[in-house]
Amino acid sequence: MSSTLLNAKDISRAVSRISHEILERNHGAGSIALVGIRTRGVALSQRLRKKIEEIENITVDHGILDITLYRDDLTTGLEKPELKKTEISFALEGKHIILCDDVLFTGRTIRAAIDALMDFGRPSSVQLAVLIDRGHRELPIRPDYVGKNVPTAKSKRIQVLLNEEDGEDGVIIREQSN
Amino acid sequence: MLLSTKSILSAKELSKQDIQHILDTADSFKEISTRAIKKVPTLRGKTIINLFFEPSTRTRTSFEIAGKRLSADVINISGSTSSTVKGENLIDTAQNLEAMNPDIMVVRHQCSGAPALLSQFIDCPIINAGDGAHEHPSQALLDLMTIRSQKGYLEGLNVAIVGDINHSRVARSNIKAMQTMGMKVRIVGPPTLIPADFERLGVEVSHNLAEAVKDVDVVMVLRIQLERQNQGLLSSLREYSNYFCLTSESLAKARDDVLIIHPGPVNRGIEIALDVMESPRSLILNQVTNGVAIRMALFYLLLGENNANPN
Repeated sequence: MSSTLLNAKDISRAVSRISHEILERNHGAGSIALVGIRTRGVALSQRLRKKIEEIENITVDHGILDITLYRDDLTTGLEKPELKKTEISFALEGKHIILCDDVLFTGRTIRAAIDALMDFGRPSSVQLAVLIDRGHRELPIRPDYVGKNVPTAKSKRIQVLLNEEDGEDGVIIREQSN
Repeated sequence: MLLSTKSILSAKELSKQDIQHILDTADSFKEISTRAIKKVPTLRGKTIINLFFEPSTRTRTSFEIAGKRLSADVINISGSTSSTVKGENLIDTAQNLEAMNPDIMVVRHQCSGAPALLSQFIDCPIINAGDGAHEHPSQALLDLMTIRSQKGYLEGLNVAIVGDINHSRVARSNIKAMQTMGMKVRIVGPPTLIPADFERLGVEVSHNLAEAVKDVDVVMVLRIQLERQNQGLLSSLREYSNYFCLTSESLAKARDDVLIIHPGPVNRGIEIALDVMESPRSLILNQVTNGVAIRMALFYLLLGENNANPN
């Protein structure tokens, strides 16, 4: 049992809208930087960056965050995810950081990402952009920019497919298989 | 992915997949040491004991820094300040330390096999940080990381290991790890410093430095272990230097892009000439930097292993 929540066109529209919202809220792109959370947050952040650069005609800083080392479930007996590189090559000071991820669920990933970010410096603010907000927060975290709000049962699985990683665009909801 | 071993006792027991996974993980850890805040919270609440019965600056500091950058608590114990001076034996010392619930023990000992012996008596993972003339696996891993970061690959590379092969745990670990990764190894030195049966390991043996380094991608120079040279294996250090010191002359026929590595500490002018050591081809300090990342990777991966399979 699965159904499509967003198709490629929907995702593209959501990215456009969020780009405009980011620009409106931050009065342009002068002091913003986009940081994607591995794995699918990176693709989302790159799309937002491209769109923003098209609209404003300036270059925007971009970084990649691997939050593996900041997770709170590393020692709970689960197999560890493969550690990949974190790449943040610009100073965070004075910047409004737009943290990007595909799905917002418990909020634990975002907590880890904020901790990781703070180890690189003191940004002016951190804002959160997600493609899907599916609820069920376990921490007091809320998104600033949302592609689509999807009330879900906790047992459902949301799968975001992005061309850069999966070869196609789409958001699918299905019953948990395992 | 988890490692196939609970402890890191030798390079011999690491599979190609293990080594690749350790090197990939270490590549990711390297960036942390370049940050303004060189610390991540990953191993918060874990305890690492460095149990060193032999002098060491590089290795002990490297393990200590690696643990601290991962937020673990690191305790250093050296042989001369431990209860072994009062006559306590190695196993008792280790069992007493284990009773305080450390998560990893890093052991260096002058006797070959000491870490392997301890692993039969204690449950926590052990990393061999050098045991006698047997093995020093984390050194081999950091050497491979250094070579791979320059060349981009390991398979098919030719390496010459020069010097006192006889006493060298670094050489033994490297030969095994390099062969696992599909590299070809040639060992070079005076006949008295090359074990008689080493050709059986599948390495080529040479006694002529200039010829031996002609076609290799990497030259690994070993330290002449002054503290182990009272057995009449060398007539004099000067004679050794005349034949086996890596100089610009002995590298005359070598490839332009040959890489020079040395596990340290260096005896300047004895096994390696000053200008070679300081030339851009020398990666000696890169090795030290990579050593921290390798040890962070080992701690990270071993503690994962331990948690996933509680015994």
